[in-house]
Amino acid sequence: MVERQSPLEPEFHVGSHGNFEHGVEILLTETRPGSIVQLAAWPGEEKKLMAAIRTVTGLALPDGAGGGLSDGVKSVFGFAPGKFTVADDAEGLAAAFAKVVTPDIGTVTDLSHGRTAIRIAGPKAEWVLAKFFAIDFALPAFPIGAGRSTAHHDVFAQIQRTGSDQFDIHVFRSFARSFWNALCHASEEVGYEVQ
Amino acid sequence: MLITCPYCGPRDVIEFTYQGDGNRERPDPASQNFEAWNAYVYDRLNPAGDHNEIWQHSGGCRAHLRVVRNTLTHEISSVAFVRGDHASAARRKAEGQS
Repeated sequence: MVERQSPLEPEFHVGSHGNFEHGVEILLTETRPGSIVQLAAWPGEEKKLMAAIRTVTGLALPDGAGGGLSDGVKSVFGFAPGKFTVADDAEGLAAAFAKVVTPDIGTVTDLSHGRTAIRIAGPKAEWVLAKFFAIDFALPAFPIGAGRSTAHHDVFAQIQRTGSDQFDIHVFRSFARSFWNALCHASEEVGYEVQ
Repeated sequence: MLITCPYCGPRDVIEFTYQGDGNRERPDPASQNFEAWNAYVYDRLNPAGDHNEIWQHSGGCRAHLRVVRNTLTHEISSVAFVRGDHASAARRKAEGQS
């Protein structure tokens, strides 16, 4: 396969930046999943779609708004009623779902080239994200695995919490560099490292 | 102003788009009843108090919502999905009503 270029590349500077003399409190990286797909169930077909997600990924989605989970390689979360985002380190997720998500159940949209996944981790991750998004990032309100749909200055962002102090943010590829720059600026005052 | 989306929870109004008066009833598209069309397009209750409105959570889950907002205080007293629960949609499908 042709290697996919990162939209962040001109602004992606590995190393420590900002005010890191007293330690690095934020780690920023691009997770570069091989596949990102969005799945949407027709009304009443949600359970069948969740079963299809389990068949393909082995991940059993919890019920409830924004529920999700990740095994470190594959991750899935709900971002709207009856709609789910699935990411996989490997390519080929859309083809795998096309076999099990029949037209009676819902739709499969391959967004592997349309989204950029940025990971922010570290003890100040919640604090930095709170500058961007007016949602509650505290662990009880935003549990591990769960997903949230929100926007920063009209740039849509889907956020999944993949650790107690780690979040994966899916943004439009065409806005990703701008969002990355903003994220770097917001992390400067606590010291951040790009990996 | 916060609107509590039934899917996403409480969110700032900046994430939402106003989609208009929720009291309107759209006539049958084939209808030639001009009074009904005129009422649909132009007549508004404009109440000083609770008002039925349609909003879209355009900066979030993108669901369309029925919101009751007080036009004097901006208090939101009820929020629900415009589309009824999915079970009833499935029932309509089973009964052949699309």
